Amino acid sequence: MDRINIGWSKDEMAKLVANDIPDGSYVNLGIGIPELVANYIPEDREVIIHTENGLLGVGPAPAHGEEDFDLINAGKKPITAIKGACFFHHADSFAMIRGGHLDFTILGAYQVSQSGDLANWSTGSPSDIPAVGGAMDLVQGVKNVFVIMSHTTKDGTPKIVKKCSYPLTGVKVVSRIYTELAIIDVTPQGLKVRLMAPDIDEATLINKTEADLLF
Amino acid sequence: MINKIIETPKEAVADIFDGATIMISGFGEAGSPIELIHALIDQGAKDLTIISNNAGSGHVGLAALLENKRVKKIICSYPKTAFSEVFPNLYCNGEIELELVPQGTLAERIRCGGAGIPAFYTPTSVGTPLAKDKEIREINGKLYVLEYDLKADFALVKAYKGDRYGNLIYYKTARNFGPIMCMAAKTTIAQVNKIVELGDIDPEIVVTPNIFVQRVVEVANPLHEHVLISQNKKYPWTE
Repeated sequence: MDRINIGWSKDEMAKLVANDIPDGSYVNLGIGIPELVANYIPEDREVIIHTENGLLGVGPAPAHGEEDFDLINAGKKPITAIKGACFFHHADSFAMIRGGHLDFTILGAYQVSQSGDLANWSTGSPSDIPAVGGAMDLVQGVKNVFVIMSHTTKDGTPKIVKKCSYPLTGVKVVSRIYTELAIIDVTPQGLKVRLMAPDIDEATLINKTEADLLF
Repeated sequence: MINKIIETPKEAVADIFDGATIMISGFGEAGSPIELIHALIDQGAKDLTIISNNAGSGHVGLAALLENKRVKKIICSYPKTAFSEVFPNLYCNGEIELELVPQGTLAERIRCGGAGIPAFYTPTSVGTPLAKDKEIREINGKLYVLEYDLKADFALVKAYKGDRYGNLIYYKTARNFGPIMCMAAKTTIAQVNKIVELGDIDPEIVVTPNIFVQRVVEVANPLHEHVLISQNKKYPWTE
């Protein structure tokens, strides 16, 4: 029988991502679970967070009542700016992204393929309002593209697949995948399992993954 | 004498014509020139093509322009935001045309429009549905998509301070698309929280040089979209 909660929690996943970001990195965080990563950057590291709507140096969320709706993140939520932050316009922001100046982007996903293709902007359903935002620029320009997502959909369908069935965001762009079950590197040889959650074994992971895995 | 100051939003948008292409600044509500948009709704121009990152929220500002059936086409990156009902309804009913553009490509197309660059190659969208039917070229072993510039008849932009020459500075992340839209439109209309004397903005910190701005109108206390949405407001205002 399937247990409801197996593996790492969302916060534990975010902490694992944060631990893999070296001191001095410039990092763009996607909307949703990726935003949690900012909470777990180890205190001895200085990491500068970029938001594509024009800020380097995103700080913690403002206290209730202190929100400034002209100071928001890509998810349009109020944020703060750290000391040493700077604002810039959109063409500069995407020059940072496309021009290879950012070290990491942490994104959510619908599907990742075994060659690192990413699908995270559309389910392709005709009733879906198409919306892409900055995802296609981020995956092309940022040095390391990390995906943080649930290992399967709510009904148990694998999201790590041989070939994406949803419309692509980019081809061969993902470098590492973090799920509640494992951390998996996209390598030229294929998907290499880097770490499994404490209560997970190889058979369970293979069972919940459509793509081939290397251990 | 150069004086680009216009007294009211109404006068500032008076000559916008049917069928015009208009860039509207903002990322969500941050930087959205809501008073200029409302003045445009009052003015009545229709069959507009709008270039903006989003497609409005609630029933005010950009969403109200759409809801009042003034827009035939929108070019944007993310028309799906919280509290956006107007665009999804129009789109599902086939009442508005959408050109979906990745956000960085949208920004660069606008920048190029203002900078005299007619087209450029970008890696963004290679291998995705958004590159369909576009020219692909291999440069140094990597694939790129050809994208064309975007220009506009008018830009409606929100800034923080401006002077009578049209120099502008912005406020926090409300800057976003403002500076590049000012460059890409024949007539740029900036609403600013405060008009200041020449020289009050340090030349070292001017963000938009005055040559890119044709009209400046002061709106001292601009409305906040999230407040209007929480009050269920709808423009034109109804009781």
